Amino acid sequence: MTGTSFIFWIVALLTVGSAAGVVFSKNLIYSAISLLFCLLGVAGLYVFLWADFIAVTQILIYVGGILVLIIFGIMLTHRITNVRLSHSSIQQGVGGAIVLAIFAGLSAMILDAPWYLSSAEEPTETVREIGRMLMVDYLLPFEVASILLLAALMGAALLSRKVD
Amino acid sequence: MINYGIAILLLPLAAFVTQIFVGKRLPRNGDWVSIGAVTITFCLSLAMFGVMLVKYDPDFVIDEAWQWFDLGSLTVHLGILIDNVTVVMLLVVSLVSTLVHVYSTSYMEGDPRYSRYFAFLSLFTFSMNGIVLANNLLGIYMFWELVGLSSYLLIGFWFEKNSASDAAKKAFLVNRVGDIGMFIGIMLFFTSTGSFLFSDVFAGVESGLFSTEILTIAGLCLFAGAIGKSAQFPLHVWLPDAMEGPTPVSALIHAATMVAAGVYFSFRLFPIFTPTALIVIAYIGGFTAIFASIIAVTQNDIKKVLAYSTVSQLGYMILAVGAGAYTYGLFHLVTHAAFKAGLFLCSGSVIHAMHHAYHELHDHESDPQDMRNMGGMKDKMRTTYLTMLICTVALAGVPFTSGFLSKDAVLAGTLSLTMHHPEHFLLVVFGFGAALLTAFYMFRLVFMTFYGEPTRREVYDHIHESPSPMTAPLVTLATLSFFLFFTLPNLNPFSDHGWFTTLIQAKDSVVPGHLNPTAHEIAEGMHHAHTPAMILSILIAFGGIGLAILMYLQKKISADDMAARLALPYKLSLNKFFVDETYQRYLINPSLAFSKVVAFLDWELYDKYVINGLGKVTEWFSRVVGIRWDYNVLDQQIVDGVGRSTRFFGAGLKFVQTGKVQNYLVWVLVGVIMIYVFQAVS
Amino acid sequence: MVGLNTYLIIGAILFSLGMFGVITRRNGVAVLMGVELILNAANVNFVAFARFGGMDFTGHVFSLFVIILAAAEAAVALAIILNIFNSLGTVNIDEANQLKQ
Repeated sequence: MTGTSFIFWIVALLTVGSAAGVVFSKNLIYSAISLLFCLLGVAGLYVFLWADFIAVTQILIYVGGILVLIIFGIMLTHRITNVRLSHSSIQQGVGGAIVLAIFAGLSAMILDAPWYLSSAEEPTETVREIGRMLMVDYLLPFEVASILLLAALMGAALLSRKVD
Repeated sequence: MINYGIAILLLPLAAFVTQIFVGKRLPRNGDWVSIGAVTITFCLSLAMFGVMLVKYDPDFVIDEAWQWFDLGSLTVHLGILIDNVTVVMLLVVSLVSTLVHVYSTSYMEGDPRYSRYFAFLSLFTFSMNGIVLANNLLGIYMFWELVGLSSYLLIGFWFEKNSASDAAKKAFLVNRVGDIGMFIGIMLFFTSTGSFLFSDVFAGVESGLFSTEILTIAGLCLFAGAIGKSAQFPLHVWLPDAMEGPTPVSALIHAATMVAAGVYFSFRLFPIFTPTALIVIAYIGGFTAIFASIIAVTQNDIKKVLAYSTVSQLGYMILAVGAGAYTYGLFHLVTHAAFKAGLFLCSGSVIHAMHHAYHELHDHESDPQDMRNMGGMKDKMRTTYLTMLICTVALAGVPFTSGFLSKDAVLAGTLSLTMHHPEHFLLVVFGFGAALLTAFYMFRLVFMTFYGEPTRREVYDHIHESPSPMTAPLVTLATLSFFLFFTLPNLNPFSDHGWFTTLIQAKDSVVPGHLNPTAHEIAEGMHHAHTPAMILSILIAFGGIGLAILMYLQKKISADDMAARLALPYKLSLNKFFVDETYQRYLINPSLAFSKVVAFLDWELYDKYVINGLGKVTEWFSRVVGIRWDYNVLDQQIVDGVGRSTRFFGAGLKFVQTGKVQNYLVWVLVGVIMIYVFQAVS
Repeated sequence: MVGLNTYLIIGAILFSLGMFGVITRRNGVAVLMGVELILNAANVNFVAFARFGGMDFTGHVFSLFVIILAAAEAAVALAIILNIFNSLGTVNIDEANQLKQ
């Protein structure tokens, strides 16, 4: 086991472990903190996959944006005095069975499928190519996404406004 | 150049769209939009014309085609053709159009549909430019119909008047007769050559795809479109009625440009006409020329005289095409466009003045277009009088004018044809006879309108010269009636040799087998016929003018006496040879009667017995079915049964619906797993 | 060397855990966290396929779009949760069972 793959396994373990923490923790705040580590771990996986730009975006948007949003959501929907912020689960038996079945199916498919593999050199820079693709090949989806963000922004503001 | 062409085509369209949608809300009702667009078009045409003069190349041509659609076995191309002819035609169209636009600002002032009027004018300019620029039969056909549409809209512009809306319908329907022939012709060429492009069609004809007989028929079918649009006998009846439209429209559409489209079309197609087709064309043109000028002699409505004069001049152009002197047909088209548009605008100026005089006198009965109500107006309307006189002289074919040159060339072509084929002497008689009558009736018009004593003193006192937006176009057009503009750099007033004849040269016929004389042979023949034709035509023009002076200026010969002596011809001419009445009696009435018979059969027999009988049978049948089967069996058992069983199952299944989203999600996932399992098993 | 399958399995684990969270959690915010996990699983797959399928940047662009969508979705979902909280006084989505009637 080389040093690189050792680090990889640590990151992978961090990701999967904290993902489990998100789902199984009894405390909502702990779940949120676990989600933070899980997202960081995924960002680490991106680095191993030569996707540095995506990794940075992941940290900036997920960790910096979405997670903060989620914690805001927790704060706004619970009385601050209610310190425990515990939360329970339902139908764990059925859910567990179904999810295990799905996981089994997925794993069987993954290990079974003859994936098309092609070797490639590690690119010296990814940002230039992603930028070119966004501005040339995917310009329309890019613009549509910006409109979507705007619409989501306004929709969220409208929805969460106090009705009077 | 090609960009210029596209801009010239699209600018008026843009003006039309703007005008029709927002014209009313713009300042001045948006007339400046149309005028601006047309003026830019004119400037672009002028620039192209300048380029053409600088190049001075008779073989200059740009021919570009784009694929329009591709249906596998059928590929249709559209495109633009720009050569010297196109450039000259564009200049004529945009020049007259610009002048008419300017003139209309004054003539149509205060009209409730002012902006729509300009929209239609722009639409017309767009379509006419399209005809001129098209390099294929299909494109010409589309714009041909668009021109017909805009003509219809403008003739019927004052549709409150029954006569105007009738005239518009008549123009549309009569044109349709010719257009069907044209469509058949286009399809004949298309099915054989697989292309609408002129170049492909010509190549196909040259390679002998058609037998001579088929080519004759196909060519004449195409020419039928020209007969309709250029108001040739027997489809000329719509043009005089089209004078119900506003006078500037008559000048633009029914004198200078649209009616010339037929001539232009025949010009383009000349190389594929067989000798037989050409002779038919020549006879139609020649006969129309003399026929219409005979009618024009006795008309009293100033615009009707000009309308028949237009028909007759178009006949000349068609005659020139038929005689092989087709470049001179186009030459006559160009010169005629200037002075005939000038004449119409002058008559519009006169009518405008008369109309206002009547208006001030609160006289709504008298006809402002009737020349018998005019007279002596030359002192009141100095500019109009002078410009009209110049245009009249040009139309009569007096030396030093453009009309002299072109008409002379057409007559020389006709004479040359007759010299080679003496059996067609009638064509020469038609040509020179029409020339004589043209000089006569045009001066009759001038004398009746501007000379003599005014019929009603009080009307005369209220006559005023028209405002400058109206007189400026008149002066421009009258100036363009001098020979100089068409013969430069040559200064000889008796020779048509100049830039026009240098740049626009006849092409050889592509009909296989050398049936037609070559362009060189035609030019040779015309060269020989030129001098006698010129002398004859000068004599004839002055003869006609002299006769008009004797009868209408000095009154030495009484017009009424002449009418009495020539009772039958007079009556025929005054009633336009009863063509309309003949059509009414032998075409329209029989078809109406036939329609009535069919309607009777349809309503009385078919509807009352067959349809109603069927209805009764159906009714009886459905009553039986309805009670026996539908209600007792279908309704009670099957339909209600479905409802009952649904209710039963619903009552059982409602416990599945917990309202909890996550429960539903579990069911979704169960479904996913089942799909996976089925996939794995199979 | 770590191969494609490892990443895909990690993705599958993340997906399953996220799905489990979505199914079992009562708190709306926690359900939302599960959804984020599912989206991240998809992203890992995209980027892994991009890496092992010949360094095709289309996968990267797609995961970028997924992140954008996640941001929009989180904002709207939290707004909805806030609304539920304001009108029902709870964020436990099993109590928001108006769909029953």
